[in-house]
Amino acid sequence: MSPQPAIPAGVSPPAPLDTPGLTEMAARIRCDIIEMIHAAGEGHPGGSLSAADLITALYFRVMRLDPARPDWPDRDRFILSKGHACPAWYAALIERGILGREHLTTLRCLGSCLQGHPDMCKTPGIDFTAGSLGHGFSAGLGMALAGRLHKRDYRVWVIIGDGESQEGSIWEAAMAAPNLGLGRLTVIMDRNRIQNDDFVERIMPIEPVADKWRAFGWHVVEIDGHDMAQIVAALEGVDPDAPRPTFILAHTTKGKGVSFMENVPAWHGRAPNDAEAAQALAEIRTAAGWEVADVG
Amino acid sequence: MSASRYHYLRPGIEEALRRGTLFQDAETQATRFSYAEAIIEVGRANAEVVVLNADVSKGIRTCDFAEVFPERSYNLGIAEQNVMAAAAGMATTGVIPFVSTYAVFATLRALDQVRNSICYPRLNVKIAASHSGITAAPDGVTHQGQEDLTIMRALPNMTVIAAADRTVTHLATHAAAAWQGPVYLSLSRDPVPVLYRDDYPFAIGRAVTVREGADVAIVANRDMVAQALLAAEALAGEGTDVRVIDCHTLKPLDAEAILEAAAETGAVVTAENNTYYGGLGSAVAELLVEHEPVPMRRVGVADTFAESGPYLPLIDKYGLSARHIVAAVHEVLARKAHAH
Repeated sequence: MSPQPAIPAGVSPPAPLDTPGLTEMAARIRCDIIEMIHAAGEGHPGGSLSAADLITALYFRVMRLDPARPDWPDRDRFILSKGHACPAWYAALIERGILGREHLTTLRCLGSCLQGHPDMCKTPGIDFTAGSLGHGFSAGLGMALAGRLHKRDYRVWVIIGDGESQEGSIWEAAMAAPNLGLGRLTVIMDRNRIQNDDFVERIMPIEPVADKWRAFGWHVVEIDGHDMAQIVAALEGVDPDAPRPTFILAHTTKGKGVSFMENVPAWHGRAPNDAEAAQALAEIRTAAGWEVADVG
Repeated sequence: MSASRYHYLRPGIEEALRRGTLFQDAETQATRFSYAEAIIEVGRANAEVVVLNADVSKGIRTCDFAEVFPERSYNLGIAEQNVMAAAAGMATTGVIPFVSTYAVFATLRALDQVRNSICYPRLNVKIAASHSGITAAPDGVTHQGQEDLTIMRALPNMTVIAAADRTVTHLATHAAAAWQGPVYLSLSRDPVPVLYRDDYPFAIGRAVTVREGADVAIVANRDMVAQALLAAEALAGEGTDVRVIDCHTLKPLDAEAILEAAAETGAVVTAENNTYYGGLGSAVAELLVEHEPVPMRRVGVADTFAESGPYLPLIDKYGLSARHIVAAVHEVLARKAHAH
């Protein structure tokens, strides 16, 4: 079930990619996500697929990084505060050449560097450990503060979940960042509308999201989180020298790219079986315009 | 008069112990303020050291650090979870953050952040927590961190220090900054006697024998070291020769010093101003039961909440005074005699 991408596997493409290139890369990352979670037999495909386009744009266009030096002090930092979507992060690290492709089928395996939730001590390129919701945003705030202290101009990009914003500590950090004037901190909400148990609006509604963040002092931008041109425009439009941080409200679809996973809460945290994985890969490849291999 | 059995005590302390007037005669200082002094010295020596506050910088006096190093001091408000994870993020860049708040909030409100974002990635964050144990006497139960040492000891990668006085707090603050990895510094809210000279040999994980003795060993930490010394002197009057070990580092525990004391004296009492579940008493008991079982008794906070009150009467009411340690020593000595 290996994908047939336009860019040969194992070769790190030159960033930044243009919009069609990013769209193709996002498809590759979606295939990696499916393969990874299928191999593991466990994991969180829905929220990984919803964040795939955002992460692709960051790693292949927007962020300042050097794949050969994942601990470069001047690199931009990325934190996936909704750590359960780490297959999308691992896939980006693999496609970007920061992490070896041989790890792809080891997710959640004993002894693997790919933990069930991101571990900065085990995985090259992971800028912060995540898993307990609401921490990564605050950690990103701390990194931005440290950057200012060290007079480094790196930027910090944090993706949070919409369900995650039910955590109280999200609002502690949301209050602090504008007061601290952290223009180099950008928070992107993967607004996929589904959390573990059910639709967010059925568990604990969070609207009006944009108004809340505006009221806390953020510069708010609202986009379609699967429209690559909109994503790039929003990310590249962030002014790092602005006196306040930016909040990008990215409207997404949980399970994006796989018909039977889209908008189905059950796919928050279950792995596809063999047939489901084959169908998922076929759908992603077809949408990308790739030749679809015989998947039986 | 025979040579002193004490080590490292400041002039006049031994006499004050003998008179039983330690708290009246000795200079005293709450170790939260000792830390606030020390962190300025540490900040001068290392430009990576920053202090993160959660609206109690006046309670701990880390506002003094902010006066000296305004660009390296942050007050993130009454938001301990954000403070703790922000410290973790800062530490990923080489900054050495000291988070200063009260023990209850550091170890309970923000415990998830301490566990998952500091201890798990072994980030170089130092937590300096005042109001440890029932030293937050007048403030009452909500501010009395009587289980902080227990909780911090349970976290992998965490180093846990409970300094007895100003001297040890200064040394521990410097040592914490030099240590690679998370450190929890437990500080007292109420004043405690300044016991030691500056030549006190502080090293993380190395307990210090501050009184020689052959009949029984008292292993104590933080503010209970003063009570242990008072108990030892009272027992000396009865002809009992008590060894006192200042076990300032709860984790990693100095197993060697404790096993040696148990083997040489044959009876051990622990003294801590912390719940007796999971703290120093438990740590010593776990060690002795596996390697050197001798009669042992724990003095600590029972399975109860305390109340408001002045420090010394409060700890007396809750069983943490020198007289309670004396009673515990009597009990282990009786068991030791019976065993022989």
